[in-house]
Amino acid sequence: MYAVLAMIAGIALGVILEPTVPVALQPYLPIAVVAALDAVFGGIRARLDGIFDDKQFVISFVSNVLVAALIVYLGDQLGVGGQLSTGVVVVLGVRIFGNVAAIRRHLFKA
Amino acid sequence: MIDPHDNANDRDDQPPTDGASPDAARPPGPSASPAEPENTGTDESARGNPGAGARPDAADGEPTADADAGPEPTADADAGPDVGPDVVDGELAGEPRDDEVGAATGGPRWRRIAAAIFTPKLTAANMVIALLLGVLGFALIVQVRSNANESTLANDRPDDLVRILSDLDARKDRLTTEISSLQNTVQQLNSGAQSQQAALDAAAKRADELGILGGTLPARGPGLVIDLIPASGQQIPANTVLDTIEELRGAGAEAMQISGTGSAAVRVVAATYFTDTTGGVDIDGATIGGTLSITVIGDPQTIQAALSIPGGVDDTVRNDGGTVSLQTPGTVEVTALHEPQALQYAHSVP
Repeated sequence: MYAVLAMIAGIALGVILEPTVPVALQPYLPIAVVAALDAVFGGIRARLDGIFDDKQFVISFVSNVLVAALIVYLGDQLGVGGQLSTGVVVVLGVRIFGNVAAIRRHLFKA
Repeated sequence: MIDPHDNANDRDDQPPTDGASPDAARPPGPSASPAEPENTGTDESARGNPGAGARPDAADGEPTADADAGPEPTADADAGPDVGPDVVDGELAGEPRDDEVGAATGGPRWRRIAAAIFTPKLTAANMVIALLLGVLGFALIVQVRSNANESTLANDRPDDLVRILSDLDARKDRLTTEISSLQNTVQQLNSGAQSQQAALDAAAKRADELGILGGTLPARGPGLVIDLIPASGQQIPANTVLDTIEELRGAGAEAMQISGTGSAAVRVVAATYFTDTTGGVDIDGATIGGTLSITVIGDPQTIQAALSIPGGVDDTVRNDGGTVSLQTPGTVEVTALHEPQALQYAHSVP
C-alpha cells in the first residue's frame, strides 16, 4: 500500500513541480523508466506467485535501471545508441509482456 | 474423470514452471506468509467455487476462450473443467494440501492481492520499495512531460535532421531568388517613376513656356519699362506702337504688356492688333491713350540698344515731339493675360 501511495505521490510531485530533464540524462531516463517498469511487473508477478522477496525486488529494480542505462551509454559511446536503446526497449517490452501474461493468468486464469 | 486428472496434473505443472522453481528453492520464507490468507481463502473458495467454477466452464466452452489462448489451446480449454472437479474432489475427500494449494492459487487471488495491498506493516524493506516506486512515478511523469514539451527537432534522428536542413536550404535558395527578382522589379519601377517624373517636369516646363508665349500665364524676369510720352495734346500713333513692338520682338523680348494713362494693361501676343482711334490706340479692343507704358521681359541691354538705333523708335517718337524714357528696375512682372481663343479649325499634328 505504501508502495502504491509512494508512486502516486511521485506522480503528483512530477505533475506539480514540472521539472525539466537535464540534457545529460535525456537519453537514459526513458530506458531507465522502462527497465524499472519491468522490475515492478516482475515484482507483482512474484508476489502473485508467492515468491516475492523484498531484497530481490530492490536489487533487481536498481540493477535493471543501472544496466539499462549502462547499455545505452555504451551504445552512445560506440555510435549505435539509437539502435541499442531500441533493442533494450524491445527486450524489456517482451519481458513486461511475459510478466503481464503471467499476472493475467494468475488473476483471470486465462 | 481420468483424463481431466491427467490434464489437471499438466495444468498444475504449468504455472509452477513460471513460478515454482524459485518456490522450491526457498520453500519456507515467502510461502509461509501467503499461506495464512490462502487457508482462509480456501474455505471460502470451496464454498464459492462451484458457482465460480460453473462460470468458467460455460465461458471456456465458448470458442472465444480458445482463440484467446492461441499457442496452447488444449491446456486452456481444459483449464476450466480442471478447477471444478479438483475443488470438488478436495472438498469431498478432504485431501492433503497439495491439491488445496493448487486450487487456492486459483481462488482467492484477489483477496490475497487486497491483503498484500492493505497490509499496514511498514518495514524498512517496504519503505525502500515505496521510495523506489515513488522515484519511478516521478521519473515516469517527468519523462512524459518532457517528451510532450520538447520540440520535435530535438528528438529527430540525424537523417531526418539532414533532410529537414536540405529542405530549408532549398527553400532559402528559392526565397533568395525571389528577393533578387523583386529587387529588380523595384529598381525598374523606380527608374520608370523617375523617367515618368522627368517627362512630367519637361511637359510642365513646356506648358509654362507656351503659356508665357501665348500670353495665358503671368511672367516675371529681367527686363525694363519703356514709357512713350507723346507731345502735349497728341497721341502716340498706332504705327509707332507697332514699330516699337516689332523692334522689341526683334531684340528678343519674350513677354510684353502695354498700359496707358488710366487704363488697364493689355498683354501683347502674336495676334495683337493696333489701330488708331479717338483718344489713343485701340489695342485688342481696349483703347489706350496718353503715356504708353510698355513692360517688356528680355535682355535689357539688347533692348536698349535696339530702341536707340538711328531711325529707330527713339528717333521716331522724338520726331513726333514726344519722348521715350526707359526705367530699368531689374526684375519686372508681366501680369496681364490674353484670353486664349478656342481653336476651331487648326489641330495639332501628332
